[in-house]
Amino acid sequence: MTVVQFSLLASALFSIGIYGVLVRRNAIMVLLAVELMLSAVAVNLVAFGAFWQDRLASGQIFALFVIAVGAAEVGIGLAIVLLVFRNRSTANVDELDLMKW
Amino acid sequence: MTFGDWAGEPGNWVFAVLAVVMIAGALRVVTSRNVVHAVLFLVATLAGSAGIFLLLGAEFVAWTVVLVSIGAVVVLFLFGIMITRAPLGYDTALDHERRWPAALIALAIFGLMAGSVLAYFEDIEVNEGIVRSSDLGTSIFERFVIPFEVVSFLLLAALIGGIVLARRDPEPEEVEAA
Repeated sequence: MTVVQFSLLASALFSIGIYGVLVRRNAIMVLLAVELMLSAVAVNLVAFGAFWQDRLASGQIFALFVIAVGAAEVGIGLAIVLLVFRNRSTANVDELDLMKW
Repeated sequence: MTFGDWAGEPGNWVFAVLAVVMIAGALRVVTSRNVVHAVLFLVATLAGSAGIFLLLGAEFVAWTVVLVSIGAVVVLFLFGIMITRAPLGYDTALDHERRWPAALIALAIFGLMAGSVLAYFEDIEVNEGIVRSSDLGTSIFERFVIPFEVVSFLLLAALIGGIVLARRDPEPEEVEAA
């Protein structure tokens, strides 16, 4: 197993996540795509951690941090989407253009 | 390394199956017309990444993905879909009209990352070796204890922030009655 194959898989997942963030209109679907990008990053971290095999296992530890931060992000993100939905009865990111000049 | 060498290693076949499942699932996550199906395809992708972690000897990370991402985050997404009353059936307005610029940007980014990875990390083998959870715990609580505390503080802040954001403000009469 080479490092390249894992990195290629991770970059494919990341690009698919970018496509999802750009193309989806429902805010929850955008958060799903962000979750894809985070899992791509975790795959990359663990692959390079397995390549270095350092004593501290930094790659795996930072993958764990990424998972924890991703969980926090989803919690806050869904709370914000919920609040926006309650106030404006839509979760469509196209209609939330109040801060757009 | 030729393709024959690559295919001679049994782990690579496991990787190929997992990679196909993950990429197919990820593509369905961003293209599915049904919101709930998209979340369920995300489960397939995350399960594939757990398999990749097992393949790389990162057992603790793999089961953390299963517990946290598949167990908790996906349930949170399903609740979010339920509460925001997203259209549960097939919905044609889930995507923008202009998909091709987005696909072009995604392809360009993939090309950039894949090109640089292929140029710099060609044929470097991943070392085999399972990291034990005890070593991971020792490392977290000795070397990485400050980042760990920061992450735990972040989770606490996210917890309180989620409660504050999602609760309804009590009506003024209720406050006076209480």
